[in-house]
Amino acid sequence: MNRFRRVLLSLVFVLSVTGVQAQQTFITVASTTSTEQSGLFKHLLPVFEKKTGIQVRVVALGTGQALDMARRGDADVVFVHDPAAEEKFVAEGFGLRRQEVMYNDFVLVGPKSDPARILGSRDIVDAYKKIAAAGAPFASRGDKSGTHAAELRLWKTAGVDPQTGKGGWYRETGSGMGPTLNTASAMNAYAFTDRGTWLSFKNRGDLVIVVEGDQRLFNQYGVMLVNPSKHPHVKREQGQAFVDWLVSPEGQATIASYKIGPDQLFFPNTKR
Amino acid sequence: MSELGEAFAAAWALIAGVEPGLTGIVLLSLQVSLSAVLIASAIALPLGAAIAVGRFPGRQALIVLLNALMGLPPVVVGLLVYLLLSRAGPMGSLGILFTPTAMVVAQTVLVIPIIAALSRQVIEDAWREYDEQLRSLGASRPSAALTLIWDTRFSLVTIVLAGFGRAAAEVGAVMIVGGNIDGVTRVMTTAIALETSKGDLPLALGLGIVLLTLVLLLNALAALIRELATRRYG
Repeated sequence: MNRFRRVLLSLVFVLSVTGVQAQQTFITVASTTSTEQSGLFKHLLPVFEKKTGIQVRVVALGTGQALDMARRGDADVVFVHDPAAEEKFVAEGFGLRRQEVMYNDFVLVGPKSDPARILGSRDIVDAYKKIAAAGAPFASRGDKSGTHAAELRLWKTAGVDPQTGKGGWYRETGSGMGPTLNTASAMNAYAFTDRGTWLSFKNRGDLVIVVEGDQRLFNQYGVMLVNPSKHPHVKREQGQAFVDWLVSPEGQATIASYKIGPDQLFFPNTKR
Repeated sequence: MSELGEAFAAAWALIAGVEPGLTGIVLLSLQVSLSAVLIASAIALPLGAAIAVGRFPGRQALIVLLNALMGLPPVVVGLLVYLLLSRAGPMGSLGILFTPTAMVVAQTVLVIPIIAALSRQVIEDAWREYDEQLRSLGASRPSAALTLIWDTRFSLVTIVLAGFGRAAAEVGAVMIVGGNIDGVTRVMTTAIALETSKGDLPLALGLGIVLLTLVLLLNALAALIRELATRRYG
């Protein structure tokens, strides 16, 4: 009995000792799956950490969820892509000044067989109308993310209520971009995605880009510090350092230098 | 089938150390799940024993509740712990959300019902068998409970391993309270979920094979210890 207890105690001790981590200053950034899964953070963060010694811990969620997490005070900085929702977040007093960082674009992907006959089109709204008219399968995020919000705005412009196709051709996966693309690939459905996630996505199956290059597919990213007067524990100094670095010439150049193969994924466009 | 082949190749590459960062993920997985199981055992084994030998009003209802809680969905536990530890929540000032500690808390909550409910059953069965014997020796209920824990220790090890299996395999709770932060709270299961969403199915499955191998080794180790102990103590 005693020996058993001793073994148990020493195990607990070992585990608790290894559990103690080096005390390093860190900030928590609520960001989106598109920036994480495209590999951008893996490219950016080491440069910033080396320069400042501040560790950046990224929690990747949909934009809606990321903003909610920051509203609860669980993040120091928000780095997302839904300008309307970001403005609201700042107007409510949860965030300090929002700054634009970079953009990439959305693309519509779909099966090579192209049941809605839209391959090669540059008109996303027309493509949406044709998908709805053809009743071709369409996989939507359905998760209140920035991408989902952009997708819904386009349906509205097209004058189509996708909810009428629910249970039929319009399929909400209620999950992140990657899982939604996995679903689309398995069902040979159309899907609306940011280019970064698409470029780094490997399980494409028969999917190809069918519509790109429309002005309305522009996808702007913004960054802001969570308001320390709402949440006093927010690491104001370190968080602001990260925001400032992202919009600095060095940060912007680092963003521009991230490529997958020959493709640049994000285009810095801060206004200073 | 080619994807399965790729998965095994990926698993082999991972084990052979081609992929950096994996060691940290594996160690964190073990650290979090083992800590959770140890803490849960320290609470749940005495609890199970107490319910097994105790006689009190509402006992039957408590047993039903414990048995039902074995089916607690990890996501729900994750969400509850998240709301508890969030800055806006009652324990927010601790600031342990998105740390391994939060993950240990969530998995502990998840594992306690499993160990408590199963050990209650095992110890109660033993209690029925030795009831008279223990009483004739003049053992009080608490000391009878301790004796029974010791007597059924080999069965209890299996139960603790079941708890470990649950902790090491779940993804819903650690994803929410840990946040899957690279290098800080990324464990095997959340890494598998991430690679799946990146569409890198072979790598995801490869990680799954590594996790399975690890659990297998741990179980083999437990079996070995049990074998040695049985030989030594009969």
